[in-house]
Amino acid sequence: MQENYKGKAYDILKNLNIEEGDLIEIKKGDLRIRGILLPSYSKDDRIFVIKLDNGYNIGISIDNITEIKPIEKKSSKDRESERREVHNGAKSEIKIISTGGTIVSRVEYETGAVRPALTTEEIIQFLPEINEIAKVDAEVLFSILSENMKPEFWVKIAESVKKAFDEGNTGIVIAHGTDTMAYTASALAFSLRSLQGPVVLVGSQRSSDRPSSDSAINLLSAVITAKYAPFGEVVVNMHAESSDTYALVHRGVKVRKMHSSRRDAFQSVNDKPLAKVLWKERKLVMLNEKYISKKDETLLDAKFDNRVFLLYYYPGLDRDFLEQMLTNTKIRGIIIAGTGLGHTSSDHIELFRKATKDGIFIGMTTQCLFGRVNMNVYTTGRQLLDAGVTPLEDMLPEVALVKLMWVLAHEQDLEKIQNLMITNLVGEINPRHTLDLFPRWSYE
Amino acid sequence: MSELNYEELGLKVGLEIHQQLNTPHKLFCNCSTNLEEEYKLTLERYLRPALSELGEVDVAALFEWKKGKKYVYRIPITTSCLVEADEEPPHAINEEALKIALAIAMALNSNIVDEIYVMRKIVIDGSNTTGFQRTAIIALGGMLKDEEVSIQSIAVEEDAARKIDEGTDQVTYSLDRLGIPLIEISTGPDIRSPEQAERVALKIGQLLRMTGKVKRGIGTIRQDLNISIKGGTKIEIKGVQKLELIPDIVRYEAIRQFNLLKIKEELYRRGLTKELVLSNFVVKDVTELFKNTNSKIIKNGIEKGGLVYGIRAYKLKGVLGWELIPKKRRFGTEIADYVRALAGLGGLFHSDELPNYGITEEEINKVREALNATTEDALILIVGERERLDKAVEVIKDRILLAFDGIPKETRGALDDGTTKFLRPQPGSARMYPETDIPPRRIDEKLLEDAKKLVPESPESKMKRYIVLGLSEELAKEIIRDPRLDLFEELVNKYSPRVPPVVIASTITNTLKYVKSKGGDISKINEEDIEELIKSIYESRISKDSISEILVEYTTSKNVELKDIIRKYEVLPIEELEKIIDDIINSNLDEIRKRKDKAVNLIMSKVMSKVKGRADGKIVLELIRSRLKNVIE
Repeated sequence: MQENYKGKAYDILKNLNIEEGDLIEIKKGDLRIRGILLPSYSKDDRIFVIKLDNGYNIGISIDNITEIKPIEKKSSKDRESERREVHNGAKSEIKIISTGGTIVSRVEYETGAVRPALTTEEIIQFLPEINEIAKVDAEVLFSILSENMKPEFWVKIAESVKKAFDEGNTGIVIAHGTDTMAYTASALAFSLRSLQGPVVLVGSQRSSDRPSSDSAINLLSAVITAKYAPFGEVVVNMHAESSDTYALVHRGVKVRKMHSSRRDAFQSVNDKPLAKVLWKERKLVMLNEKYISKKDETLLDAKFDNRVFLLYYYPGLDRDFLEQMLTNTKIRGIIIAGTGLGHTSSDHIELFRKATKDGIFIGMTTQCLFGRVNMNVYTTGRQLLDAGVTPLEDMLPEVALVKLMWVLAHEQDLEKIQNLMITNLVGEINPRHTLDLFPRWSYE
Repeated sequence: MSELNYEELGLKVGLEIHQQLNTPHKLFCNCSTNLEEEYKLTLERYLRPALSELGEVDVAALFEWKKGKKYVYRIPITTSCLVEADEEPPHAINEEALKIALAIAMALNSNIVDEIYVMRKIVIDGSNTTGFQRTAIIALGGMLKDEEVSIQSIAVEEDAARKIDEGTDQVTYSLDRLGIPLIEISTGPDIRSPEQAERVALKIGQLLRMTGKVKRGIGTIRQDLNISIKGGTKIEIKGVQKLELIPDIVRYEAIRQFNLLKIKEELYRRGLTKELVLSNFVVKDVTELFKNTNSKIIKNGIEKGGLVYGIRAYKLKGVLGWELIPKKRRFGTEIADYVRALAGLGGLFHSDELPNYGITEEEINKVREALNATTEDALILIVGERERLDKAVEVIKDRILLAFDGIPKETRGALDDGTTKFLRPQPGSARMYPETDIPPRRIDEKLLEDAKKLVPESPESKMKRYIVLGLSEELAKEIIRDPRLDLFEELVNKYSPRVPPVVIASTITNTLKYVKSKGGDISKINEEDIEELIKSIYESRISKDSISEILVEYTTSKNVELKDIIRKYEVLPIEELEKIIDDIINSNLDEIRKRKDKAVNLIMSKVMSKVKGRADGKIVLELIRSRLKNVIE
């Protein structure tokens, strides 16, 4: 196969019957290069990618090549053996459901391709310490990038969580890409309001093909949480600090990815994390006693309506754009990430009034993220309230959005929708903010 | 040590030279490339071999991981950022570093590749926060002409973190050095003598400095050596910082390999095989026999709850005590190295060095009895906790069996006396895979154009230029060979023609040789010192004639500053000089009248010994002549 090559490079390879993985020799002036032809990852279709025997890859242009010849065909046993077994072993305590991401993966040194390694055996080979904690069983639900996640996938995850509890597992770990992990956490939290045990989402910020990956510690602590946590909640378990010291367990509806790349990107906002995990001691320490206890039965209620919009308000927001969306689409609800205590320009008030009259839900959160909205303080806020905008307490904009999708799939009547939106279903609203719930930056 | 015949021995040496580039920013981020002691934060991390590597990762790395070694990183704020902390993906490759490296490739007639791919080279000792080093080959082939030594490849890569401290369970690094751009030049195994190895290192180093774009000073250039002899194995020796050490390292390694091959011969001569040694390998817990020992090491070990193991090495009497490097290293030292590195245990004794260290003849005999050993067998004693001892036994067994193959493939570390110690086994195949966070970089015309401007001047063209500057051919040759060639260029730019280039060149070359011949410690003279002297001449504060005297005095006395010595030699104001001359003439009037014209020499020598270099000889002579004229007439 030369399918990665195009143009003239492809023609040359085809003529000589050279395939990727073959040992070849290229002469260019007085330079003789011997190496393995790799799949091209160059943008330039005049480049051959060669792996030298010292392990380095280099790119050689087809220009001025005096000779190119095959030396040895790739042996057939080297051709990749694809395997993906779904494990149905003996009874397990903890189920690990993979949805994608690279929390456990193998690297193929030739090409650098990183392939998820998701069988129970592979996970245990990667992290033998798991055996000290619980009997685990792994399932590959699907393998998608976190940014490609959709509400229909949330439903599938929720269903397999229900199934895993029904099969007798006492805790569930869900491996997930980190980008939209918090959205999935909210979706599961609203879909599974009655849980027999913890549902622990886990991911990694450094992929597991590198020795410095956070995935081993995150996965190990997730299994510890799934095994020992006293709650029946959906949580996110990730590194607490940049150091490999301990992990934090965040309530799924109160967590947010707050950094694009750091290991400790996930932080609780407007609530304390539920627990911390001392992975070296294999111990879970509770930090927040206000948790939802385990229930006798796991109830599944996963439905979402995505005719919603998250409006990040900014000065200069064009009224026409907004009007187009409100009148010419099938939109059923908007979550506004408003300024400060929950505002938009007063220019938009009449639009919102008309929308709510038409049965469209308009909810207000704050783009400050930290803190609660309060629309009684300023005139604009009061006018927005008067126009039918619903203040959503201290809910994070994304959490409010996912909740709205879920609520809209259950109710048609605006008043009922509004009521459900301000009802605290799974801890998404924290009625009491103490002074310690705001991070401090220290520069000295 | 008597010199071996290296040609007969089939000595082959290759060099890998790592030189820090002096770019404002690091290779993959915007941090400065200085070193910084200050730090406020630290990070704690662990490394774990990636999944595909389990089972095939090198034993030392796996062992370290299993011990749960913790890496502590100091975070200096101006020289490290999230990239060094492995908390942000690398930025695009530093273009300036790339250009410098390409320029050096051009100077070495190396073939520049058409597209560059950054690779990840797995390094799991904590020196890289990621667990790999980012490195890219930019050119292949080439030649260091006057030495007939080929260049294999030229790479740019990131420097590792700076090790601050190492304990058994924890290693501390500073992140200031991590990510400083390095150029790595690997030569072919074409070097044939210990001296040539030093010369090649020196020449490549000089070529690098001539770009004016590399860092200077201790730690900014490091050499690795690959050494083999006929029938031997290519051994990697890492981290040589001093050029002067290179010939010794090569000599010692050659003789070490030579003797390991001799041991191999001896084993077969004794009719031994791996199977025989293995089936007669006996290990016993002999702690009981040492309950009342006088050996401090063993006693301490037992008191800490440790055990003593005795090992019988079948028919190996004399082999463990075999000197690999006379007076410096025995075969037993090699085994002890392995045990230290792989099992984390010190304290290994063998029968070829006993009785000693408080271990008595009687104790040895008891051990011999317990192990059912004859006097033809060698005995090994080790002390420590059980888990480590069990590991150590395996390590010892493995190392002894390796003696049948001759020279194990190892990566060794250079020690200050020119010998080396075992660091880790060489990885079977380089563990490298593409750094997917950095897009491929096509080498285009524009980049090559820019790089061309940085290519250092060739020695031939330098030669011509120096002769125009007034240097003799011989002096020009000498300065071109000198490691301080770049200093010469710099000083010529700053201080000539007022200070003639000849003076600068001979200060750097001949004067230093003269000072050394006078017993001066020339290692004391650094580049700043030489500049200080040249600058003093430039400012007419001293005479060029006093340079040697100043340096001799500086390098033979203790606790003096160059500045103070220079002050002593400062040129006398003309009035003072005239007064001295007049005084000497006046007190020697009789002699002068007697000798007439020939009196000049007498007065000259008296004046010069009085002013001790604080006056230019030419001026003194002129003054004396004009005055004597008057006196004689």
